[in-house]
Amino acid sequence: MTFSEMLNIGLMQGFAGLSLFAVLLLMGLGLAIIFGQMGVINMAHGEFMTIGAYTIYLGSTLTEHFAPQWMPYYFPLAILLAFGFAFAGGWLVEWALIRHLYKRPLDTLLATWGVSLAMQQCFRSFIGPKEVSPTLPEWLMGSWAPAPGLDIPINGLFVLGLTAVTTAGVLIALAKSRWGLRVRATVSNRVMANAIGINTQKTDRLTFAIGCGIAGMAGAAFTTIGSTGPTSGSLYIVDSFLVVTFGGAASLLGTVVSAFGIAQTQSITEFFLSGSMAKVITLSLIVLILMLRPQGLFASKVRR
Amino acid sequence: MSQDRDHDVKAAQRRKLLQGAAALPLFGLPGLSAAAAPPTAQVNTTKLAVTDTEVIVGQLHSATGTMAISETGSIQAEQLAIDQINAMGGILGRKIKVIKEDGASDWPTFAEKSKKLLVNDHVAAVFGCWTSASRKAVLPVFEKENGLLYYPTFYEGLEQSKNVIYTGQEATQQILYGLDWAQKEKKAKTFFLIGSDYIWPRTSMKIARKHIENFQKGKVVGEEYYPLGSTNFGSLMNKIKLQKPDCIFTAVVGGSNVAFYKALKAAGITGDKQLLLTLAVTEDEMTGVGGENFAGFYSSMKYFQSLDNENNKKFVAAFKAKYGKDAVIGDVTQAGYLGPWLWKAAVEKAGSFDVDKVVAASEAGIELKTAPEGYVKLDKNHHLWSKSRIAMGQPDGTFKVVSESPELIKPDPFPKGYQ
Repeated sequence: MTFSEMLNIGLMQGFAGLSLFAVLLLMGLGLAIIFGQMGVINMAHGEFMTIGAYTIYLGSTLTEHFAPQWMPYYFPLAILLAFGFAFAGGWLVEWALIRHLYKRPLDTLLATWGVSLAMQQCFRSFIGPKEVSPTLPEWLMGSWAPAPGLDIPINGLFVLGLTAVTTAGVLIALAKSRWGLRVRATVSNRVMANAIGINTQKTDRLTFAIGCGIAGMAGAAFTTIGSTGPTSGSLYIVDSFLVVTFGGAASLLGTVVSAFGIAQTQSITEFFLSGSMAKVITLSLIVLILMLRPQGLFASKVRR
Repeated sequence: MSQDRDHDVKAAQRRKLLQGAAALPLFGLPGLSAAAAPPTAQVNTTKLAVTDTEVIVGQLHSATGTMAISETGSIQAEQLAIDQINAMGGILGRKIKVIKEDGASDWPTFAEKSKKLLVNDHVAAVFGCWTSASRKAVLPVFEKENGLLYYPTFYEGLEQSKNVIYTGQEATQQILYGLDWAQKEKKAKTFFLIGSDYIWPRTSMKIARKHIENFQKGKVVGEEYYPLGSTNFGSLMNKIKLQKPDCIFTAVVGGSNVAFYKALKAAGITGDKQLLLTLAVTEDEMTGVGGENFAGFYSSMKYFQSLDNENNKKFVAAFKAKYGKDAVIGDVTQAGYLGPWLWKAAVEKAGSFDVDKVVAASEAGIELKTAPEGYVKLDKNHHLWSKSRIAMGQPDGTFKVVSESPELIKPDPFPKGYQ
């Protein structure tokens, strides 16, 4: 084994950690926004991701059928569509269900879990129990090889890029936009915000829908990595919760840092130990740290 | 308790009825008894659900839950075989009626439903189960109630029950042939073993490692297990690149399969550069994995949909006529199809539906000339003699058979030197 080979593997391993970081962050982002702003734990988060993934599948099937020459281009459009569908779904759920339960946080947990089960059964009944995998455009598959022996997965690059854009977008929107201002006002003092004329109900609904929309986008992006089935959402939900809780609820920066920490621990231990063992070590570390810091890495400074 | 007594009374009444039925033919009223069907009292001495015109069997699979993806094919194939047998006039002049139960991908539910089928419904045979976990859950029930289960999945071996007939391959048939092929045809000396983290992959890899190290004098350069459902294989790809094995030998299952092959492709490990042999990709998995991600890799199974023989052509045509032209048939689906036919052959040989007699007839040797996979016979250890095959994945999602064992391979559920 030459030095350049070792270097290549080191680089690729670094990228593996980075792309896992991107995956975890994208998973947790939507959940963090909703939890941070409204204190609602959205158990149906995974199913909104599945909606996004099925949107991509729909897009690829329709394109393949009606306009095969557009195959290379459908993907970005389908991701926007995935955001749209999940956004609409989130809007609907908030309007029909969540807004009646704001004073009963435990009940929102139960209600969103019910929504998640109902959605899973809908996927199974109306789309089918088999796992599906959309046909991806050629440019999204395979690897980018800048040097011989060095293969960087293109789907990893894509998810990384998408995560960077989404996270930056959300952070900027929170800091600069009118919606962000209203959200921050509502989080710091809901009653006062209401009193000075901020429509907190509307803010809540928009926030919930945006969180769900981002989940949809995440699900869409993950079709480049795995398959989609009615219960795919339940695969993601645990990791999403882990990232959000570990980072400290109500802090987006915390979510970013926590995703980075978990991803690096996982991918480095995975390289030296076996896959199952790496998971054991990562989870034990998280448990230990949460025992010492129950509020998570970054606690919010809001008085409750 | 009262239930038990109730049950006894009913059973006694039924017995009286049966005796009455048995007496009927003695009067020798011509034309009253069914054409060739032997009297019920003669073919059924153990209170099974058999009447003069009908025999009831059970079907126990997961129609819902995470395993529904895999088990749907088996449900369909068993139903097809039963329909075909009924169209031919049934078994011993009796039509087969099926009671379908849903195990719902939950092992205790499997045990409960099997009890229901055996104790309440008195079914003559059960076709069902898919995962090893579900089989292990129902096994005590079948042994206690003396039922008969036809189990279709390739599995890890190390089991042989009087009450189970295994129609899939056990571990050695599938693994040893594949490893020998890799060694002889592809000159593989170093192997990297990868599996999902549960009983079947771990037992399979244990057998594989013994075979590679003790019999092939090769080397295992890595052995890795990932949690079921894991989609994160980035680090694994780098480990493979670090070790540069001649052959990657895998038993990754379920949703992980898709992520695994996509990760291989994304890491530049493709069929034209790397030998990969798997125990867990059939035509069913292929629809999820996508032909373009598996092209050039190999799968070790006993059946592929593309097998070129008359039996298989008929089977594929009948399957597609019933379930649509896009339906695909994997290894386990075909093994599921064998169940009812093997049972029919054993019942007719025994001349009885009684479980003990059917088992005895099965152990004495049953052969099936019409199996889609080709001629098969049942060993007295309850497993099938079958040919093993290696096939290469094609970009369009089909398999092309590249190697086939010249003879039927004897099943060996307790291989010596492998434990």
